[in-house]
Amino acid sequence: MANWIPLWLHRLSSPPTFYRFAGTLRPWAMGLAIVLGVIGLVGGLVLAPADYQQGDAYRIIFIHVPSAWMSMFIYAVMGVSAFIALVWRIKLAEVVAMESAPIGAAFTFITLVTGSLWGKPMWGTWWTWDARLTSELVLLFLYLGVLGLYHAFEDRRQGARAAGFLAIIGIINVPIVHFSVNWWNTLHQGSTVNIFGHSKMAWDMLWPLLTMTLATKFYYAASLFRRAQTDLLDLESGKDWVRKIAESEADR
Amino acid sequence: MNALQTFFAMGGYAAYVWPAYALFFIVLIADTVAPRLRRRRILAELRARLARQSARHERHSIPPPSD
Amino acid sequence: MSRAPLSRACLAMLRRDLVLAWRRRSDIAMPVLYSLIVTMLFPFALGPEDTLLQRIAAGVILVTVLLAMLLALDAIFASDIEDGSLEQLMLAPQPLALMLGMKILAHWLTTALPLIVITPLLATMLHLPAAIIPVLLLALLLVTPLISLFGAVLVALTAGTRRSGMLLALMLLPLCVPALIFAAGAVAAAQQGLPWLAPISWLAALLVLAVVLAPLACAAALRIALDS
Repeated sequence: MANWIPLWLHRLSSPPTFYRFAGTLRPWAMGLAIVLGVIGLVGGLVLAPADYQQGDAYRIIFIHVPSAWMSMFIYAVMGVSAFIALVWRIKLAEVVAMESAPIGAAFTFITLVTGSLWGKPMWGTWWTWDARLTSELVLLFLYLGVLGLYHAFEDRRQGARAAGFLAIIGIINVPIVHFSVNWWNTLHQGSTVNIFGHSKMAWDMLWPLLTMTLATKFYYAASLFRRAQTDLLDLESGKDWVRKIAESEADR
Repeated sequence: MNALQTFFAMGGYAAYVWPAYALFFIVLIADTVAPRLRRRRILAELRARLARQSARHERHSIPPPSD
Repeated sequence: MSRAPLSRACLAMLRRDLVLAWRRRSDIAMPVLYSLIVTMLFPFALGPEDTLLQRIAAGVILVTVLLAMLLALDAIFASDIEDGSLEQLMLAPQPLALMLGMKILAHWLTTALPLIVITPLLATMLHLPAAIIPVLLLALLLVTPLISLFGAVLVALTAGTRRSGMLLALMLLPLCVPALIFAAGAVAAAQQGLPWLAPISWLAALLVLAVVLAPLACAAALRIALDS
């Protein structure tokens, strides 16, 4: 392979090495997720003031928006891993792509339901077919389609490649979800948080939101590590290193 | 006590806010637990398979009865 | 042996698939009958009131055509996979994407064209104003190839699996949502007397993109699904 790929990255794609790597990092990721989550939620639920228009209902934002960002972020990760898996046939990339799908679907589901619970008191309706909600729903179906296709194959690696291909086809939906509020007239509000510029949100509300965003990212990492470890055990179950792990846990 | 009650009332929107948060935690806890259960199942099946294999090897290592 | 010119190979592929489809003529009638029956259900389910049917007519027809094509899509590669001719095609010197494009064209001609032909009948059954029917036909003329093209890519992906039609529906329908929105938007605009050229242009642009990209994606998908 190319010379610019450092050796440690190369080694990481070996299943037993990644298993150990993931096992070491996972508790830290989960710990950070929990700590940041507590801080963010206390900041959002207790410390932040009520919104002058929406009262206390707006506090759903602290789980709705981070989940929405995760639903798109995870799809992008899934798409990139799938691309790597298809082009270079790296087993670990297949695992990362396929094990990201359920986590992404979970966050998309949370986004849709918490959004609905927020919309009912604010807009007076549980659902509306505007561009953002529709494209987010399509995103959920894309995740479910990827999962369904993956599980339809007898050969898991072939299934991962086919489902990865589907994921790549669907990636066009992610920018549609993101920009839908700019391109169409939507009931859903426009963007208020900008990475490169002025955000139209009070700092008291912004910092818990950003903290929750970080917390969900660490959660994704922790969950992905655990899922990838489990999947590697399944894929490599004939190998010695898996056998040793199975035997060492026999007494639990 | 009154501050706690005010907190839980969420300005009258409690019926929307708390189910939303509950869903958030339930889904993520399910997402955390599922791979654990799968892992336990995979390793248990592997141990069972290895036990059957070694039992088969023991049987075959006994020399067949001479005619 | 000299290599046949590419155009001859394309025409040969097209002829082959059309002849094969013609030998199973009854299969061509199935989507048509299905659409007729499903369209008939709506007046029964919703009541025969004219104004209501008029409002939903275009949408019902679009969805019915979409579902009919979905059901027919399963067969696009099935028999060729069974007798091995698809793998032969993958080994042939002609570019696979072009050959698959011809197959998709043949499938569209035998599946969608009959549906477009009976659309005026369906539209009349649902009391769609006669002046709107040309717009509906134009929208269908643009949407149905899109469905064939997207559908072929997805059927190719599931080529080797224990397929269920439901899985194809789950994968295909979300991808068809933008096209459906444009098609329905065009007819709705026409029904209200508003300009309808914009959504039609979007559909045409999507179609051009799909005609170029989908056969390539289909070839890649087949290679992934059949190369184990």
